[in-house]
Formats: sequence, structure tokens, C-alpha cells
Amino acid sequence: MTPQTTADLSDIMRAAEAPLRIVGGDSRGIAPKAGATLQTTGLAGIKAYQPGALTMVAGAGTSLQEVEDTLAAQGQRLAFEPMRYHKILGGQKSSTIGGVFAANISGSRRIQTGAARDFLLGIECVDGQGQVIRNGGRVMKNVTGYDLVKLLSGSCGTLGVLSEVAFKVLPASETETTFVLEGLDSQQAVKAMTGALATPYDVSGAAYDMMAQKTYIRIEGFLKSVGYRAEKLSEVLGRFGAQISRLPKDASADLWHSVRNLEALADLPGDIWRISVKPSDAPAVCQAAGLQKGFLDWSGGLIWGVLEAGANPRPALQGFGGHATCIRGQKGALPRFQPEAPQLAVLSQKIRQKFDPRGILNTGLMD
Amino acid sequence: MQMPRPNPDVLTRKAELVRRLHALLPSDSVISDPVETKAYECDGLSAYRCPPMAAVLPRSTQEVAAVLKLCHEMNVPVVPRGAGTSLAGGALPTADSLILGVARMNDVLETDYENRVIKVQTGRTNLSVTGAVEAQGFFYAPDPSSQLACAIAGNIAMNSGGAHCLKYGVTSNNLLGVKMVTMQGDIVDIGGAHLDAAGLDLLGVICGSEGQLGVVTEATLRILHKPEGALPVLMGFDSNEVAGACVSDIIQAGVLPVAIEFMDRPCIEATDAFSGAGYPDCEALLIVEVEGSALEIDEQLEKITAIASRHNPVELRQARDQDEAARIWLGRKSAFGAMGQINDYMCLDGTIPVSELPYVLRRISELSQQFGLAVGNVFHAGDGNMHPLILYDANKPGDLETCEAFGAEILKLCVEVGGCLTGEHGVGVEKRDLMNVQFGPMDLEAQMWLKDVFDPKWLLNAAKVFPLESAQAHRAAQLAAE
Repeated sequence: MTPQTTADLSDIMRAAEAPLRIVGGDSRGIAPKAGATLQTTGLAGIKAYQPGALTMVAGAGTSLQEVEDTLAAQGQRLAFEPMRYHKILGGQKSSTIGGVFAANISGSRRIQTGAARDFLLGIECVDGQGQVIRNGGRVMKNVTGYDLVKLLSGSCGTLGVLSEVAFKVLPASETETTFVLEGLDSQQAVKAMTGALATPYDVSGAAYDMMAQKTYIRIEGFLKSVGYRAEKLSEVLGRFGAQISRLPKDASADLWHSVRNLEALADLPGDIWRISVKPSDAPAVCQAAGLQKGFLDWSGGLIWGVLEAGANPRPALQGFGGHATCIRGQKGALPRFQPEAPQLAVLSQKIRQKFDPRGILNTGLMD
Repeated sequence: MQMPRPNPDVLTRKAELVRRLHALLPSDSVISDPVETKAYECDGLSAYRCPPMAAVLPRSTQEVAAVLKLCHEMNVPVVPRGAGTSLAGGALPTADSLILGVARMNDVLETDYENRVIKVQTGRTNLSVTGAVEAQGFFYAPDPSSQLACAIAGNIAMNSGGAHCLKYGVTSNNLLGVKMVTMQGDIVDIGGAHLDAAGLDLLGVICGSEGQLGVVTEATLRILHKPEGALPVLMGFDSNEVAGACVSDIIQAGVLPVAIEFMDRPCIEATDAFSGAGYPDCEALLIVEVEGSALEIDEQLEKITAIASRHNPVELRQARDQDEAARIWLGRKSAFGAMGQINDYMCLDGTIPVSELPYVLRRISELSQQFGLAVGNVFHAGDGNMHPLILYDANKPGDLETCEAFGAEILKLCVEVGGCLTGEHGVGVEKRDLMNVQFGPMDLEAQMWLKDVFDPKWLLNAAKVFPLESAQAHRAAQLAAE
């Protein structure tokens, strides 16, 4: 089913008698296998774009590519640089902007500018009974009523189907450069990355390739400013005793493209996990989970790890906090999302009951 | 403005409530003498007052939980209170309510510079969070004007912003985790030092829920390293349109200042007379502040002044040092004081799309004539958050009502052009009855679902946010269904 309007979507939802698979571009393998597919790609098109106000409004089914191309033409971008999964999942580059927000897909720049959920300003969605709900708006500062925008962002279609999204965009940077530190172990790498972030030099990316033992630290901005901060940061990074080189603008952009899309993990066999932790805990969590292949992004706060098929990293998080999501693996073996603490699970269950009393929206996905 | 009628059953049980509170808390934590409870009769929106039945000032999360459990059992409404600085009446009591103040819970529990987080009890003031980390060169970014007095608890409840949120975001973007007590007295931990939610983003909806979903007692906050420096530039223009176009051009050029403040002529004149800031004689004034090292500030200011020059400014004054910077900010920072010296004022807080600025200012000036009350506009122009200040005389019968009616028209105008009722102060009681202007019945219904889930009896700060009739109809339908 591919509704063309919000009214269509509402009708489909009202008429539904069995659980539906809610998808945008269906490029991330998130929706459950069972059920008829409801795809939002018919709800497409950029409805408003004001570069001077840094805001865009688009149908949820608008392709991520179209959004990015339109912004790029005005020298702007989605600052949370959403990654694509087509390399690791072998699918299409068919992401939609609604899917990106529904799954709160946030790339490397999250540590500097925030996550997808921080850029989403307003939504229109249709709940499990076909009722149309609007929340937020198209202005950057808005505390009018409860923030259902954040609740829906990351709810992966379990509370409602997004039909329209309004979001904040930012100017693209004039230039960028990336430091490459070679030969650090993961503990030293996290020290270097968190050390770089604890400066006034506005680091916009901090990632570590566990296989190549390379640490990447990015800065962006105006030409003179980047030059100045690069000089200052090289003093800070010099303390870690690694061999340091620096990538110019284009090479830096290529590198982060490959980092955020996890290209180095694509051909490795096994399951891929996304583990969210406190940055300084990352090395110990990796060790406890027996995780040796992968990336640390967000200065260690996000582990993209490859594990043997069926292996479960969740017990390794005991005593640390954080959570693990299965991105690529045998479906059904382990739940995709980490089960919540019992009290929170009860609250979440009651919220789902309100938005989807008949249990038809990506049923069971986040239980 | 109407408040629900106090529940007579609750009022008659005051003695029992106080006795049982004394059994739960040290005696100096329970306030029930009417002379003393008067101190809690209002918050920053002092036009509305009502002393609570009693107030408690617990010292721990466990004490908060015990109090809420008792009130839940006795069906006593609870109004949580941070520092009581709300401009929207967020902490306004009802006569049958218990004020639960978190002011005594103000410890720093953990500072972690490696992971850039601080964990505090929420009675701590906003500015003293920065105070706890500034020796190490760090700061907590959200900076509401009341930051010297306001508490983190209230910042979380209202999702507070500030002048610098154009660059750093509002509370919600800087809040990583909370410990919260539900109305039933259950203690829950949500989020932590990691960056994203495991399941539904409950933290995202708790932030900004105006103390209606739970009482947050501890918060894990993102801290950032301070920039090396900051300097402002002042620009005067001969029309609001031109100043608005200049803001848009700056943003579009890829410069992201930390603050873009806008003042219109009535405000410029009042503040200049009050503070002697030496502002130019013009229709609209912009103060744009950028951050970084000396070299980075120069690079940004060069781009900004080049853009401004294309709009023929009547004045372009660049601060060369901190002294000159302070003089540029002097008038803006004393704007509320300056307007207050002329008269009583009501401060509004609607947000509009920046492109609508000239139209909205023109309409406000027409409305000002129609209602016969003067208005000055200060404005966070980068993000469209307006602060019209309507002048009135509190001693003149009928003036407050006229002022409120004028204010309501301005807020409706904000919604009409695609904006919202409140950008950073919250709905509280002040904008509660205008919620139907911005939201349809279903939009409000969905928000009330959250209230049902977290606080099924609707005891926690329940007279706020939702129009009383909408809330009553919703509750009646819920009860009928059960």
C-alpha cells in the first residue's frame, strides 16, 4: 500500500484489520517481516524551503537524496549527516526523510550538532486508528505543549506513521580537515578523541577504526578558522604519541562518507551491532563483548561492532549502562532493540496502547 | 483566567495531610502555616496568586517519592516548584494543592570532563551548574535570562532556552538523563551519559512537559568547553524590513552567530534613556555576537559587516574589546528593567518564521493603537523568538484585562503566520486557554494521552497547559470508558 495523501493514509489505517509493516524506503531492515507493507513513498515532495530561515518542510516519503541535493544547491545540509545502510545490508539507497526521522538516524556529527531528533521541528502523523495528529511546527524555538515530535522520532513507526516533517537545516561548512592518528589502541584512541572534544576547537567528528587502528578527528568551518584550530589541535593531539597526518577538504569528506556508511564493515561476515555507551566505557565494553572488529564513532559513545552470528553483546553492558541494537543479523534470534528496564517498558507499553490500541503498527518491534 | 474549583474533600483533610507529611519529613521541611505558605502563592507571573494548602521542601529523591505516594493515596493535587521564576504561571498553586519545592536538593553529584557531562540535583540553579565546571574551562549552554535564580528542575519542565540557543540548542538538546519520581511515588531512571534512547524517547517528552508527568530530582547534563572569546557588533537600520532581511542574509551566508538580538524603535528609545547605552537613533537595531579566537571572531565579523553594509545601515559599531562589548550589550540586557521603569509590563514569548518579522511588527504596532497600550519589541531574531513587552498600569482598573486581550491577539498572530504561542517560557496558565488556537482537538488529545499514562489521576500540576474544558471533557470520556 502506497498512500498518496494523508487522507489516503488515514483511510488505510482505519480499514486495516491486521498488523502492518510500516516502511519509508525500506532500506534499513527495521520493519518486522510479517504483515502487509505500508510504504510512505507516495507522500513525497518538498513543500517549503526557506534557506534564510534554515527550515524545510517535506512529505515524509520524500527521498533523502532529494532533500540532500536540494539543500546542497543552496550551500546547506542536514547537519546530523544521516548514514545509509546500503553497504552493510546490501539494499538500495532508498532512504526517505520520514524514515530517517522515524528511526532517529544520526551520523558522526551528532557529537557536535545533535541527533536527527534535535533537528525535527514538527510532524504530522497518523496513529493506529487513522487519526491525524500534528505536533511542533516549523519554527526553531517552540515549547507549546508536549514535545511529541521527540517521542515520535525514534519510535520506528510504532506510534504513528509520519506523513509530513518540518526540520531545521544548517549551512554546509566552507572547508574541513581531518587528523589521522595511526597505531593507537582503542583505549588511547578514546583518550585522544575525548581530549580533542574537551577543547574550544569545535571538533565535528571523532571516530576510530579498530581494524586499521586509525583515529580520525574532524574540524570544519571557515578557512582561517579551520587553519587556526588545526594548528591548536595538533598540539593537543601531539601528546598521544601517534604518527599524525592531516587530510585536506575533499579527502576528509570522502573519509567521513565511508565512516558513516560503515563501508569497512560491509564485507565482514557476522552480525552488526550498534552499541550506545558513555564514551570512556567503550574499550571495556568491547573487551567484555569480545568485539574486535568495528568502528567507534561519537568519540567512543557509539560502537559499530561486528560479532559472530548469533552472539549477544547485551550481557557485556551489565554494570556500564547503555544499550545495543542489532542492525544486521538473524531475525528472530535476538530482539532488534534492547529490552527496556521493567518500569520504562511498562510506560512505553501504555504509550503504544494509546497511539495504537489495535496493535497494528510495526507490532512487537520495540516491545 | 480561571482555575479549577478546589476540591472541598481535600481541603477538609488538610490537618491529616500535614500530620502525615510530618511523619515522612523532618519538621523544617513541611510548611503549613498560612502566613508562611503565602510565600508560595505565585511565581514570576505575579498577576495571579493563590496560596497552596501546604508546601514541602524535601532533601532527597526518597523524600520526594514518599510525599508523592502519600498525595496519590490521599488524592491531593501537587504543584512542583523549582525556583518559582516561571513567567507563565507554571508553579501557580491551587488552593487544594501541595507545593513540592526541590530548592533544597542542589548538590553536584558527578562531574565528568572526559565524557563532558555533569550530574546534578535539580534544585541547583542554572548558573551554578556552569559555576561548578568553569574552573576547568567548561559551561552549561542553555542560558535563560533568569539563570542566576532559576532551577534546573524548572528548566527541564519548561524546556528553557536563552539568548545563545541559536548555536547551542535549548534544554532538551543538552539533557541526557534524569531520575524522576512519578505521581505514584515510583522512582525511574531515564537515559544517562550515553547519547540516545534505548526505546521510545521518553526523556524527549518529559522535557517540556511542565511538571505534569513527574518530578525530576536528578539530571545528567551535557557540558561544553568554553569558546576562547566572544564579541558583538551593533547595527542600526532605518526599517524593520531591512533589519529582517539582513538577519536572513547573515544566516544564509553560512555564518552562525551565537546570538542575533533585535530591538525596535520603542524599545531602543526606552533602553537608551534608561541605560545611557548610546544607541543610534534608528528604527531597528541588531546585536550580533560571534565566538572564537581573535582571528576567528575577525573572520566572522568581516563577513557579517560586509553583508550588513549592503543594507545601508545607519550605524555599524564593532566592539574592539570587552569594554566596548559590554556597552553594546548594556541596553539590551537592561531592556526589561527599562520598560519596567516606564510602567508595568507583560512579556510575551511567541515564535514566528523569521521571514514574517516585518509583517508581524507592523501588525503589532496597529494592534497597539487599537488597544491603546504601548509595546516594545526585543527579539531573538536568529530563531524567530519574539518578546513583545506590553506596557500597562496595574493600578488602573481594567488595564490588565486590556493588556491580556492585546497579548492574546499578538499570540494568535504568531500562530497565524506559521509560528507558535511560546518559544521558551512555556504554556503554564498564561497561554493555556489559547492552546486551541494552535492545536486541533486531536492534537491536544494525543498530548493528554501522555498525561494519562504518567499520571492517571491527573493530580500533578493538572490545571496547566491544557484548556480546562478540553481536559475536563477528556477526563470525563476516560472515566466513562473505564
